[in-house]
Amino acid sequence: MGTYLIRRFLLMLVTLFGISVLVFVMLRLVPGNIADILFDAAGMINPAEKAQLEKELGLDQSIVVQYLKWVGGLAHGDLGYSYVSEKPAIDEILPRIPITAKLAGLALAFSVLFGVPLGVISAVRQNSALDYVLRIISLSGLSMPSFWLGLLILMAFGAWFGMIPIYTAPPPTLWDELLLYSVPAVAVGFRSSALIMRLTRSSMLEVLRQDYIRTARAKGASDATVNYHHALRNAILPVVTVIGIEAAFLMGGLIVTETVFNIPGVARFLVEAIRWRDYPIVQNLVMFIAVVAVLTNFIVDLLYAVLDPRIKYAD
Amino acid sequence: MYGIDYVPESTDEPVRGESLWAKLWSLAVAYPLGLAGAIIMAAFVLAAVFADALARFDPLTTNAALSLARPDAAHWLGADFMGRDVYARLMYGARISLAVGLGSTCLGCALGVVLGLASGYLGGWVDLVVQRLVDVMQALPLLVLALVMAASLGPSLGNTIIAISIPLVPYAARVIRSNTLTLREMPFVEAARAVGMSEFRIAVRHVLPNTLAPLIVLATAQLGSAILTEASLSFLGLGIPEPYPSWGRMLSESAAEYVRTAPWLVVFPGIAISLAVFGTNLLGDALRDLLDPRLRH
Repeated sequence: MGTYLIRRFLLMLVTLFGISVLVFVMLRLVPGNIADILFDAAGMINPAEKAQLEKELGLDQSIVVQYLKWVGGLAHGDLGYSYVSEKPAIDEILPRIPITAKLAGLALAFSVLFGVPLGVISAVRQNSALDYVLRIISLSGLSMPSFWLGLLILMAFGAWFGMIPIYTAPPPTLWDELLLYSVPAVAVGFRSSALIMRLTRSSMLEVLRQDYIRTARAKGASDATVNYHHALRNAILPVVTVIGIEAAFLMGGLIVTETVFNIPGVARFLVEAIRWRDYPIVQNLVMFIAVVAVLTNFIVDLLYAVLDPRIKYAD
Repeated sequence: MYGIDYVPESTDEPVRGESLWAKLWSLAVAYPLGLAGAIIMAAFVLAAVFADALARFDPLTTNAALSLARPDAAHWLGADFMGRDVYARLMYGARISLAVGLGSTCLGCALGVVLGLASGYLGGWVDLVVQRLVDVMQALPLLVLALVMAASLGPSLGNTIIAISIPLVPYAARVIRSNTLTLREMPFVEAARAVGMSEFRIAVRHVLPNTLAPLIVLATAQLGSAILTEASLSFLGLGIPEPYPSWGRMLSESAAEYVRTAPWLVVFPGIAISLAVFGTNLLGDALRDLLDPRLRH
């Protein structure tokens, strides 16, 4: 286990290093850099002014120097300055993280609370009408773009309550916050809950035909005991992995949903920064997303070993 | 999709001499949801191919008089802010969706096959390098990587295809690699080597064709995510540029304004995207059950 952890940790660092290079190089392939955009926006035409601007932003240095400066800064918490607001990137990014984290937490809670029980019901009543309906709902959930679901929800709110729950000002109380975020959380979490439902169903079906389930039934255990005590506890393992992966990959849904609901979190900020070619923000945000994703994966792997005593990382 | 105890009858190996139609019929009976998916996909492809004949109006012609017109007998699904016919734009949008979906899936799978085959068959340092590359590409959520790629390449049809294909590469590479690792040890590979066949020829002629079934299953699933990703990118304004009628673009940010005033602008493009992806999902599930029962999860 110890060597496995160390090996896994080192691989994680290699992956993060690879991502940093990939993102950095990709952003430098962009045809127009920030100097061009600011230049055009300010209506400047003097090439000397442009060169001055590039120098100020450090864009005149070689790509290797620029990369080393960035990574060196990362190591001691200096993320550089936003090109657009000219404030330290860390001050732009940090306050937005809790917003997205709350949204992601609510979305994940929603998807697990709906996905797991409905998946179990679907499996226990396999091939019933209810099973078919649930399966079609979950497949639709996987087919609907989450931004469209968000728009439909806005539409329903507009038609039924005469109001549209988009973010206009920071919510004053925790309760308001919960109310405000729960609507977009459903829009994001629906897809994950569909995936979790499908996986719980197929995992349950697999477990339900095992010998020990038959034994449990034979000794006279009630249906509820067999389904929830014996079957679900074993079927939940692969589901845990998927929940972990979904937690890390919720970002895709968050990007579009924060845009629809006008929520000032990190996900929407990434899109804005990309539009503005605000490199320091984009590369740091992508690194942040990568760190969260890679760490989540790592934790899920460990959790798996804790939950399933059969798994030994002997490597 | 189907229960574990569900065993389709005589579909895997149809009796010799049966006509093609009889084979297809028995498949359709065994996989009704797959049939539904195939029908949806056929309609989608037909809309894309015959958009010129089906559209009734030009998708790009603007008309101030028709701005935000409600659906009526002439303009079945209404018109957008610029007075362009929504139905016509949906038909042409199918073309964009299909082009990006197929283009990026094929490109992503082709790159993934090359990497996976090299990694699994050659092993050693090639495997090591490819696996790290795959780790890097898979560590970022699909949309995030596609977003950064799309932004750095600039908005165009070709660039959108490339931007979406790259995040799909690691999935194909993983599947091909794990299959290749098993196939590499098979007696028929040993036999081919014994008769003096070159390693490259063995890999391409003997190992690759045997990874086809899982690849088809994967590609169908990826077609759906490619279509969804294109819609998301275009929705964010970083995919297909104006004035092309991309379904995602039709729902772009301004759609939030029309939620109250012109709901048809929000409802119909969303239905088109969802239906197309739903079709690939149904078809993908049926193909998976048919071709590769091991990939049930």
